[in-house]
Amino acid sequence: MALLEVKNLGISFGGLRAVDGFNITIEKGQLYGLIGPNGAGKTTCFNMLTGVYTPTDGTITLDGKDITGKKTVEINKEGIARTFQNIRLFKEQSVLDNVKIGLHNQMPYSTLTGILRLPKYRKVEAEMNEKAMELLKVFDLDKEADFLASNLPYGKQRKLEIARALATNPKLLLLDEPAAGMNPNETKELMETIHFVRDEFDMTVLLIEHDMKLVSGICEELTVLNFGQVLAQGKTSDVLNDPQVIKAYLGE
Amino acid sequence: MAKLNLKSMKKSTKDHIITFAMVIVVYIIVQTMITTGNMSSLMQGLLVPMCTYSIVAIGLNLCVGYLGELSIGHAGFMCVGAFSSAFCTKLLQDSIQNEVILFLIAIAVGTVAAAFFGFLIGIPVLRLRGDYLAIVTLAFGEIIKNVINVLYIAKDENGFHFAISDGNKIELSEDGIWLINGAKGIAKIPHLSSFTAGVIMILVILFIVYNFVNSRTGRAVMAIRDNRIAAESVGINITKFKLMAFTISAAIAGAGGVLYAHNLSTVTATPTNFGYNMSIMILVFVVLGGMGSFRGSIIAAVILTLLPEVLRGLKDYRMLIYSIVLIVMMLFNWAPKCIEMRQRIAAKFKKSAKKEAA
Repeated sequence: MALLEVKNLGISFGGLRAVDGFNITIEKGQLYGLIGPNGAGKTTCFNMLTGVYTPTDGTITLDGKDITGKKTVEINKEGIARTFQNIRLFKEQSVLDNVKIGLHNQMPYSTLTGILRLPKYRKVEAEMNEKAMELLKVFDLDKEADFLASNLPYGKQRKLEIARALATNPKLLLLDEPAAGMNPNETKELMETIHFVRDEFDMTVLLIEHDMKLVSGICEELTVLNFGQVLAQGKTSDVLNDPQVIKAYLGE
Repeated sequence: MAKLNLKSMKKSTKDHIITFAMVIVVYIIVQTMITTGNMSSLMQGLLVPMCTYSIVAIGLNLCVGYLGELSIGHAGFMCVGAFSSAFCTKLLQDSIQNEVILFLIAIAVGTVAAAFFGFLIGIPVLRLRGDYLAIVTLAFGEIIKNVINVLYIAKDENGFHFAISDGNKIELSEDGIWLINGAKGIAKIPHLSSFTAGVIMILVILFIVYNFVNSRTGRAVMAIRDNRIAAESVGINITKFKLMAFTISAAIAGAGGVLYAHNLSTVTATPTNFGYNMSIMILVFVVLGGMGSFRGSIIAAVILTLLPEVLRGLKDYRMLIYSIVLIVMMLFNWAPKCIEMRQRIAAKFKKSAKKEAA
C-alpha cells in the first residue's frame, strides 16, 4: 500500500482554479520530486497536504487513513511534517529550543508538572535534550545549539528547519524548495543530507525544487505541474526527457 | 554535548536566582529601614502598591512579552480580583478568624475570578489574528469598572439583596450590611495585605512564571509568538496555548488586585485605580522593563511608582522629570548603542573579576 495517495485533488480560490485533478502516489521510502514553473501550484499542493488550505475536491490518504480537510495540527500528528519556502524558524529562540518545540507532542508531561518542576519534568526534559542534540548532530548543528536561530547562516537555517520537522516524528517529510538560495557546495551537502535522512530515519520525502541538479540527483520519481495541472509523471529520467516538460519548464 | 546543555540551563537558572535574590535583598533592606525608623510613613504606604504593580506587570509581561498579544485591560482583571476577593473576605471575616487563612482564600477567589474572565474573553478573541485582543480588553476594562459602579449588593437577616443602578430599591433592615454599594464600592475591608505578604506573593508568582516559560508549554507559547504558521506545522494547538497563557496572565493580575484591595479600607472602581490609565501605566512598566523580562518589569514598576513621590518636593517639575526618566529608561533598555555599551561594561567587569580571582 502506498504511503501517500492523493486522488483528484483540486482547489478554487473564487473563480481561479489553482490546482485541478492532482493525482500522486508515493511509496514508503521514496524520494519524490514536484517540479514546475513559478505559479504552477506546487506550494498550493503542499498547503493542501498539510491542511493550511482545505481542498475543494479530491481525497488525501496517508498510510490508509483519510486526512482530507483535517487541520494542520491534526495532520502533523498523523505524520506529515514540512519546511517552508521562506524559512520560518522561531527566530528569538535557541537552535536547541527550535528542535525541542518540534518535539512538543512527544513530551508526556502536563503544564502543572512543568510549573511545579516535578521529577517527571526533569526526566523528560533531559531525555528530550539528548534527543534534540542527536538530531542536531545529524545536521552538524550541535556546536550552534545555544545560538539564536536568527544568528545562523542561511544554509544552516534551512537545515535547522528540516531538523525541526523531523523532530515531530513524521512518516512523510515535505520540503518546499530546500536548496533555494544555496550555493552549489551547500546544495551538494543538502543532497547528501536528504539521502542520509531517508536512509537513517526510514523517511519518505516529497520535495519541491527548481534546482535541476538536485532534482535529477536524488529524486526517483517526479511529477511536473503546469497551470495547476499534472503535465507529466513517472521516473525522473523519463520525465526530464519528455518533450512537453522540456517545452513548458526546462526550455529547449 | 552534555556540557553544552548544562551551560544553557545554567544561564537561565542563574538569571532566575538573580531575580529572586534581588527581591529578597530589597525586602531585607526595607524591613531593616522600617524597624530602625529610617522610612517615612509616606514611603511605607507605597510598599504594598509597589508589590501590587509588580505583580500585575509580571502578569501582563507574560501576555505581551511571551504570548505577543497586546492587552490594555489588565486593570480590568485587577478590578475583578480586587472586588471578588474583597466581597468574599467581607462575607467570611466573621466566621474565619485566622487572617492568613482568610487572605489565602481571598487570593484563591480573586485569582480564579480573574482567570475565569480572562478565559471567557480569550475564547472568542484569541482565535482571531491581529490586534483584536487589545481592543476587546480595553473595552472589558471599562465595562467591568462601570458594571461594578452600578452594582448594589447587601445582606441582612432576610438574605442577600441585589439591585442594579438604583441602590434605594434595597430596603435593608437595621443590622444589614452593604457588601457592594455601587459607586461607593466595598467599605470596611479587613486590612490583610502587608509588605511581607506582597513580597511572598511576588516570589511565588515569579516561581510560577519562570517555570511556566521554561517548560514545554512556555516554549509552545513562545513558538506561537515567533511564528504562528510554523508552530501550527509542528503540531502546536494555537488556540489552546494562547488561551492558557492569557488565562494565567489574567489570574496573576487578579492576584495583584487582591493585594491591592486588602490594603485599602474602601475599594472603589474609579478611573484612576482600575481605569484605562492604570492599564497603560502597567503596560509602560512592562515595555520599559523589557518585554520578556520579569525582573525588568519589577524594577520598572518599583522605580516608576517611587518616582512621583520622591519628586513631590519639586512640584511643577515633577511630571517633567518623570517623562525624562521614562525616555532615559527606554533608551537604556532598547537603543542599540546603549545595549552595546552595557555589554562592553559587563565584559570589563568580568575581566577585572577574573584578574582578581587569578
